Amino acid sequence: MSNETLLYMDSVSVSFDGFKAINDLDFYVAEGELRCVIGPNGAGKTTMMDIITGKTRPDTGSVTFAQDIDLLKLSEPEVAQIGIGRKFQKPTVFEALSVFENLELAAAGDRSPMATLRFGLNADQRGRVDEVAYIIGLSDRLNDAAQVLSHGQKQWLEIGMLLMQKPRLLLIDEPVAGMTHQEMDKTGQLLSDLAGEHTVVVVEHDMDFVRSLNSRVTVLHQGRVLAEGDMRSVQNNREVVKVYLGE
Amino acid sequence: MMSLLRGDRGGQVVLSILLAATIVLPLLNLTLPELHPLHVSTYQLNLFGKYLCYALLAMSVDLVWGYMGFLTLGHGAFFGLGGYAMGMYLMRQVGDRGVYGNAELPDFMVFLDWQELPWFWWGFDHFPVALIAIFLVPGLLAFLFGWFAFRSRVNGVYLSIISQAMTYALMLTFFRNEFGFGGNNGLTDFKDILGFSINAQGTRVGLFIASSLAVIASYLLCRAIVKSRAGRVVVAIRDEENRARFLGYRVESYQLFVLVVSAMIAGVAGALYVPQVGIINPGEFSPLNSIEIVIWVAIGGRATLYGAVVGALLISFSKSWFTAVFPEYWIFALGALFVLSTLYLPYGVAGFKRNRVTV
Repeated sequence: MSNETLLYMDSVSVSFDGFKAINDLDFYVAEGELRCVIGPNGAGKTTMMDIITGKTRPDTGSVTFAQDIDLLKLSEPEVAQIGIGRKFQKPTVFEALSVFENLELAAAGDRSPMATLRFGLNADQRGRVDEVAYIIGLSDRLNDAAQVLSHGQKQWLEIGMLLMQKPRLLLIDEPVAGMTHQEMDKTGQLLSDLAGEHTVVVVEHDMDFVRSLNSRVTVLHQGRVLAEGDMRSVQNNREVVKVYLGE
Repeated sequence: MMSLLRGDRGGQVVLSILLAATIVLPLLNLTLPELHPLHVSTYQLNLFGKYLCYALLAMSVDLVWGYMGFLTLGHGAFFGLGGYAMGMYLMRQVGDRGVYGNAELPDFMVFLDWQELPWFWWGFDHFPVALIAIFLVPGLLAFLFGWFAFRSRVNGVYLSIISQAMTYALMLTFFRNEFGFGGNNGLTDFKDILGFSINAQGTRVGLFIASSLAVIASYLLCRAIVKSRAGRVVVAIRDEENRARFLGYRVESYQLFVLVVSAMIAGVAGALYVPQVGIINPGEFSPLNSIEIVIWVAIGGRATLYGAVVGALLISFSKSWFTAVFPEYWIFALGALFVLSTLYLPYGVAGFKRNRVTV
């Protein structure tokens, strides 16, 4: 395994009631990479994310992060704390709290009740809130309740919350579902900007969007990798065409 | 302290009124002659003190329900345990003035023909021991309940039902004579508290003041919690538990912390309640009682803290008025009030001012 590999999933399998959701999956992501994962419904994309983030335990296989961290031994909060952020399919922000408070809660640092009871944010973290709010284009909305944001803004806020965690790996599930074209362009730009400093894995259905990201693409099918490469080579792959268009 | 109430208009108003009542009502009781139109009778003061205990209990429910989203249907359990801890101390203060004149054993134990004091009654002659138990016993039950329920990620209706089962189980257990807490008669016939006669006017005034101060102090404590970053984590868990978990928060630690604090407040409420009503029996564990607390909070307004205080006082005073004037119809009136407030005041009385649930 090369030194730059950040996430390494090795022959991972998991089945639910006999159905193999993930079937002998090998998946590697290099540090700083932007990677898209596509695949038809039921291909195992969300299950894969569940395994990485500790929500689902695989039956066999290993998942290693940053060379020597065994992710299968960690709980969800622990996975988050070592630097893996996850954005859910449906925008999931804390509606009753303000944009500022949403970002505040996501700030990296001690997350025990004793710490959060006693301390607010330090100057560094405050600065980070402003910085992230700027990146996601919500600088002038900091005091608004998250529930009044548009769908697209909520998606960005959630990405912003991930950034507050200072993650090394960002797992992003369908970031542009339900977005307008302008919002999509903005999101694409945002994700491309994040890659490099962070490693970004995007699961997406929208092919135009994936094409616009111009990244390496992994196609999942029936719980395993069907093809991998740039968008053009993947689109011309016979197997992929068969899966997407039917026999 | 004032910074805790910044931006909390409702809290400022409610606490100011309470503080004024704490000073004025005892004065009206102690200094004015009985026939004076402004005289507050000891009976009324005692009634008010009892309702303040309900207000405290309602506040503890609001903390877990309004802020954390756990619709508890078993908070009467913590209230009852705090009450029993106080009751045990008061029982020991009776000494040889009981019906059987036995200085070593409470009457009900003599009646059961017990020879010696069970170990769990040891030390309850001393107020500090009882005081520790008032916090520790409800806190411990909450900890055990939360430890199992939250770690297994039980939530929603199931959690509510389990909490109800908990208080029901306690009721059945305390009904048993062999359990050692006086069976269905409970603990009563108290004589002294801290050396003062329990029925004396001065003691009643003191208990009223203590109850009022307990409401004020708990309000500030709860406010400090919900105003802190931890309070926002708790709201975050209420609204999007998974998001909070994937941000790296140990959801169950927060839930456990809030539940234990809430249970201790409920325990204090029970402990202040018992000397004012003069009895504690297993009826306090009845599931119906716990449901009534939820109604107080719903009518007062969730996730405001002061709404719970207002709701508990409002319903209790209406109840005492209604049951005096139309005794048979109270339960219908309560039901109607609940339905109407659900339809027209979804955020309770507190929602007049602000129509959404926030921090």
